[in-house]
Amino acid sequence: MIALSDYLILGAILFAISVAGIFINRKNVIILLMCVELMLLAVNMNFIAFSHFLGDTAGQVFVFFILTVAAAEAAIGLAILVVLFRSKRSINVEDMDVLKG
Amino acid sequence: MTLEKLIFYVLAAVVIMAATMVVTRRNPVHSALFLILAFFASSGIWLLAEAEFLAIVLVLVYVGAVMVLFLFVLMMLDIDLAVLRAGFIKLLPLGIIMAIAMAAELILVVGPENFGIDKYAAPARHAADYSNTEEIGSVLYTVYMYPFEIAAVILLVAIIAAIGLTMRKRSDTKYLDPATQVVVKRKDRVRMVSMDAERG
Repeated sequence: MIALSDYLILGAILFAISVAGIFINRKNVIILLMCVELMLLAVNMNFIAFSHFLGDTAGQVFVFFILTVAAAEAAIGLAILVVLFRSKRSINVEDMDVLKG
Repeated sequence: MTLEKLIFYVLAAVVIMAATMVVTRRNPVHSALFLILAFFASSGIWLLAEAEFLAIVLVLVYVGAVMVLFLFVLMMLDIDLAVLRAGFIKLLPLGIIMAIAMAAELILVVGPENFGIDKYAAPARHAADYSNTEEIGSVLYTVYMYPFEIAAVILLVAIIAAIGLTMRKRSDTKYLDPATQVVVKRKDRVRMVSMDAERG
């Protein structure tokens, strides 16, 4: 039988890969957005595994809400990206320095 | 090794391979396509964990809507890849070291000694007539009614924000306002002049 730790380890590896992805692709906003989606997938994997092993539907309901928020986040993020590209002709993070932070 | 376990490991390997490709591919379109593969394989794993409704939702909402949106935006923008890839090789070792360290730490916590099969026994399979969708629906519309409505409002806000952000007025289009067209009176358009008849 598949153990709970198998699901959790898969989620952990997925999360680590997406954190590394944010590190190495830190100039490309669109890849950053994809890495955030991957992170949310890793979190959802843990929720589903715990929901399955503890016999509690609350975990699945939470995944449902996370999917909703992730869809909204992707829509707004991509809209911001399109507006940004229209005004700067680039999606490089290093070009976004107007605030001089 | 049972068949179930074999399927899990194959799907998990596909997810990890696809996730690695997402973060390392040069072309963002390839990254998006590999992300779709990762979502498909994850939905298979969710099916193994008896979360059938969410597995289908993942394919329909994520692959069908969110990833199509990603591909749409990717192909619409004219991205200079060379500039965006600069520094990739320099950061790669750091990224790999950090990923390995982070995964190792997480696995130490969630590994088999804390969450193994002897600590959490695999639950009994549901009967064939068990409906996961019904189960979720019965709590979603009762216990989680308010969060469900808030989720609907969040989606509405996302729609309005996305439209509001990307809509723009263009001054160079020849656009006619129908509202002003239909209220036009005869005297606005026609001017009657009386002139003498021409003679020889």
